[in-house]
Amino acid sequence: MVDPKIVVKDLNIDYGGAPALKDMNFSVMDKEILGVIGPANSGKTSFLRALNRLNDLDLGCRMKGSILLNGKDINREMDAEEVRKKVTMVFALPIPLPMSIFDNIAYGPRRHGIKDKKKLEEIVEKSLRAGYLWDEVKDRLTSSAMKLSGGQQQRLCIARTLAVEPEVILYDEPCSGLDPISTAKVEDAIRELKSRYTQILVTNNVKQAARVGDKVAFFLMGELVEIGEANQLFTAPKDKRTNDYLTGRFG
Amino acid sequence: MKLKPQTKQKIAFALLGLAAVVVIIPVAVILIILIKRGLPAISWQFLTEMPRMGMRAGGIFPAIMGTLCLVAGAIGVALPLGVLTAIYLVEYAKKNWWTRMIEIAVVNLAGVPSVVYGLFGLGLFVIFFHFGSSIVAGALTLAIMELPVIITSSKEALMSVPRSFREASLALGVSKWETIRCVVLPNALPGILTGSILGVSRTAGETAPILFTVAAFYLPRLPQSIFDQCMALPYHLYVLSTQVPNVKPALQYGTALVLVGMVFSLNLVAIIVRAHIRSKKQW
Ligand SMILES: Nc1ncnc2c1ncn2[C@@H]1O[C@H](COP(=O)(O)OP(=O)(O)O)[C@@H](O)[C@H]1O
Ligand SMILES: [Mg+2]
Repeated sequence: MVDPKIVVKDLNIDYGGAPALKDMNFSVMDKEILGVIGPANSGKTSFLRALNRLNDLDLGCRMKGSILLNGKDINREMDAEEVRKKVTMVFALPIPLPMSIFDNIAYGPRRHGIKDKKKLEEIVEKSLRAGYLWDEVKDRLTSSAMKLSGGQQQRLCIARTLAVEPEVILYDEPCSGLDPISTAKVEDAIRELKSRYTQILVTNNVKQAARVGDKVAFFLMGELVEIGEANQLFTAPKDKRTNDYLTGRFG
Repeated sequence: MKLKPQTKQKIAFALLGLAAVVVIIPVAVILIILIKRGLPAISWQFLTEMPRMGMRAGGIFPAIMGTLCLVAGAIGVALPLGVLTAIYLVEYAKKNWWTRMIEIAVVNLAGVPSVVYGLFGLGLFVIFFHFGSSIVAGALTLAIMELPVIITSSKEALMSVPRSFREASLALGVSKWETIRCVVLPNALPGILTGSILGVSRTAGETAPILFTVAAFYLPRLPQSIFDQCMALPYHLYVLSTQVPNVKPALQYGTALVLVGMVFSLNLVAIIVRAHIRSKKQW
């Protein structure tokens, strides 16, 4: 039996009002891609932000329960920066920082103390290749990242997270603003990264979860309704609500 | 009687236009008078020579230099202090009564009359700290006066940096301070600079705060250290206009023109900085 990469235990989150997450319990194995689906406001974003402690920034956000990364409690046994370096996040809208492509990728490593120019160049190339972007930008690394197309920007953001050598990558509806071709490229990148990273992909696109997820979790109004192998969940959901959602009866 | 909407609109436009013109008129008249009467007095000698014959002849060089020293000294103190305060308030301070107190204090500081700053500077810097009437005391007094403007504009500049930039950086495990230093500050800098320059230009022409703290009545030489008194343009103008009999009006207007010119150039720098940044702004 291998130890799971991430364990979520009795996780409850609220923002002062109704709970955003209720009694979540499940685990994610190493190098697994977990797809998370569910209608809007079902707590998907709150869940991701709990995993890399971005919820800490929100003073109104209260959390109970625990999350273990490699067996360590991320809220009690690790500090926030350590957690976020290991568990990085790609947001719904691509957020390139207002600097050059090179500087965007080198941003994380630089902040973490890598000064050597050769080393940085290596990291940038490696990360851009892994993010499926190298060929498109290798001739203009010094131009502004803001000039890239939406899809390229999102892959830049993926490459930027790779540059800090995380163990887990979280994606919050990373393709919601992208056209189908850009979406396909982002999905390619995610599949390609499977050999090295544990990934959690929140998506509003059920088919996308089916295409890239090993396992899929269905969230509804803050509850984990069902989690299972992608094949099983999509072909033979155990819960009626999952079936209703998949067949488009709500959400 | 009912008016047609078009007529109403015309009347409204006319009134609005009139209001705008009324605002422009005083500025234009002041400038025209200053230029017409002051320009003949301005020459290379006027700008670079010491005053002579009890200020009735010669130039205003020490007053120009004095004002430049005061402006530089004040901004050197007020800019770092104000920006650090703004960073604390925007990025670190919790929303509690202590923060409220600081914010209220800043707002009130902006409303204090300039002569009160002058008296405060006299009490604290000149007398209590034994700086005497000196450039340090004057510059520090001006700095305190500039603080509210610098803090307020820096706060706004910091808050206008999108939250998503901060999160993108934090999500990579970068610490909060590094995020502020490498993402927030560079993007807020233009706003901070413009606001600060405008704040400084406002105090550059003030007489009351320097009256008791630094300004010399007549000192036809340059200050040797920051603990010397110096002449300054606003006070020199005041002296020429009210304290010295038989001064040629051209001297007064020339001095006024130089002062206004300096303040305007500071504002111009701010406008240029802002325009430059706007054109480069990438989000
Ligand atoms: N920062 C916040 N402050 C207050 N309420 C929030 C905040 N973020 C999320 N919520 C609430 O928590 C619930 C779950 O939201 P979210 O996690 O964003 O769901 P999803 O990503 O599935 O749309 C929603 O009801 C939402 O209104
Ligand atoms: Mg969401």
